[in-house]
Amino acid sequence: MPKKNIKPRVRVPKKIKKGEVFEVKTLVEHPMETGMRKEKKTGKKVPQDIIKEFNVIYNGKEVIKAIWHPAMSANPYSSFYLVAKESGPLIFSWTDDNSDTYTKEITINVEG
Amino acid sequence: MGVKIPHPQLINRRNFLKVSGIGTLTLSVIPLNAQATPESALTAIRELIGSKTPKEARVKLILTEIAENGGTVPLKVSVESPMSEQDHVKAIHVFTDGNPFPEVASYFMGPHNGRAYLSIRLRLLKTQNVIAVAEMSNGEVYLGRKNIKVTIGGCGG
Repeated sequence: MPKKNIKPRVRVPKKIKKGEVFEVKTLVEHPMETGMRKEKKTGKKVPQDIIKEFNVIYNGKEVIKAIWHPAMSANPYSSFYLVAKESGPLIFSWTDDNSDTYTKEITINVEG
Repeated sequence: MGVKIPHPQLINRRNFLKVSGIGTLTLSVIPLNAQATPESALTAIRELIGSKTPKEARVKLILTEIAENGGTVPLKVSVESPMSEQDHVKAIHVFTDGNPFPEVASYFMGPHNGRAYLSIRLRLLKTQNVIAVAEMSNGEVYLGRKNIKVTIGGCGG
């Protein structure tokens, strides 16, 4: 079952000039269950449930691909840099252990 | 008072590791009283980079010295690189040597990133080393590492 409240959040600078190297910050709400935590009441292990892949596509080209493991903390934060080329879509995708993919799309406005 | 003589088995194991080609990385990462987990970190790194010998340079880790809460520990990794078509970082891999499993994350990048950099948050079970391995476009491998003390571990919830 896909989670409903993953709430992906993305931040880029308001003004971006062509050729500029700018930082992209991302955050999603996800428990990132490691598979090692035990339920206090039952003593049973909570099964692993993590986001295992994070991709970013800028104007149709994959610019970041990340593979995540259970050692990533809950509500995973990730930031990286991009070279500003043309204005256009920036699409973020998070794929979890159940192969559900959550996406967020923003538009980058590049000046110059 | 007395002279400390390393246990003969440890000497033999160190020589074995050196001869098998894992290189100086192994000798300096495995402490005298080696445990299983640092080895699994090295095995995981070895599986990734094959027979290449990583150079300990160019990879900078920004990581606090003491983490109060091992459940979420910020890490920044920055690799010196022009990030040009001819010379760039292809991937940065993050490992730990004291967690149940050594892998944390792998980031694949290229000249379109402009900077070889990542910023994430880790789960750390206990005091240990965080190791970042950078694969370059020309086949070279670099690494950096930092020790971090963890007061409250963060893997079991």
